[in-house]
Amino acid sequence: MKATRILMDMPITVDIVDKTATAKMTDAIFNYFKYIDEKFSPFKPTSELSQINTGRIDKHQWSRDMQMVFKLSLQTKRETNGYFDIRHNDKYNPSGLVKGWAIYNAANLLKKQGVKNFFIDAGGDIQVAGKNHEEKKWRVGIRNPFNRNENIKIIFISHEGVATSGTYIRGQHIYNPHEPHKKINDIVSLTVIAPNIYEADRFVTAAFAMGKKGIEFISELKGFEGYMIDCKGIATFTSGFNKYVKPD
Amino acid sequence: MKKLLLSLFVVFLFVIYSLSKNQSLSQSPATPPIAFPSPTADRTNNSSNGNYKNGQYTGDSVDAFYGNVQVQTTVQNGKITDVQFLQYPSDRMTSRMINMQAIPMLKQEVIQAQNANVDIVSGATDTSQAFIQSLTSALNQAK
Repeated sequence: MKATRILMDMPITVDIVDKTATAKMTDAIFNYFKYIDEKFSPFKPTSELSQINTGRIDKHQWSRDMQMVFKLSLQTKRETNGYFDIRHNDKYNPSGLVKGWAIYNAANLLKKQGVKNFFIDAGGDIQVAGKNHEEKKWRVGIRNPFNRNENIKIIFISHEGVATSGTYIRGQHIYNPHEPHKKINDIVSLTVIAPNIYEADRFVTAAFAMGKKGIEFISELKGFEGYMIDCKGIATFTSGFNKYVKPD
Repeated sequence: MKKLLLSLFVVFLFVIYSLSKNQSLSQSPATPPIAFPSPTADRTNNSSNGNYKNGQYTGDSVDAFYGNVQVQTTVQNGKITDVQFLQYPSDRMTSRMINMQAIPMLKQEVIQAQNANVDIVSGATDTSQAFIQSLTSALNQAK
């Protein structure tokens, strides 16, 4: 059972292979993302995050999920030497971590119901579990940053999370907290495969902000692999990445 | 689309050339010669379906400071279907060391389109700004 909806300004797809799949299951996942958007959207003036950013809520009034996300953000900031920072111009924007965290939680909602084979894709950030409809590993394409209709790599995974950061034509949405005015021009795409999507998403955001050094950072993380593409179409990737390029 | 393919081809050449150039800058203040291969030699077939004539073309061998770069491209139905590197900077000791990478845990390759089916796609949603810049400069050279 496969369903897609536009939520949080991006297409979110849930595909469940298990025969036990019901529309109720996919609906629950979409409702969870709706809840996340209403809480953490930096654009919606009614979101809890916006209310924090405009000083309408005191810290002791924060929801448990908000406290958790801030705690995780602080931890990630420490683990990335400050490259991951949700504070920018005195406003908080934890989007670089919330998406992966939400996908991770949504995947656990399915697992708790006994679902074993599925994927959740939120705007190109993916958590997979088990096998695909052909009873093989899930096949994930890495999009060509120079041509959105093309893939430049295909990886085969069964329980990992995959996240990609990139520079977009609309403007760079990721900035380097150490040099906020410097544009990140040398790297156009960075894909990270991690034990789960929460880990992949938070570290891909930080590593992308590091520019060319980002792939070195990823290579030092145990259980992580990365594939970086620079503005000249040259890919630099971690030594273990190619184990995911094989179907078995 | 055909223009894009030719542009990609030019970008490819530019990539290899620029890579050698960038590496050379950290090694030596010398300025490498600027030249780009022209795909005119070895024309074997002139039937055409688009802007580019069918056949196999070998570019000039170009000095990229740490070695020569030479490519061969195949055009079918007016589209570039293959680009082969006949030479790339690996025949001199300096470049061989560079190609082994500064960081031993990392590997490098030129990205290549894959046609096989996938279940899911991971990626950014729009074309990158850097590529537009690079493409524009490549197109100017292709004129």
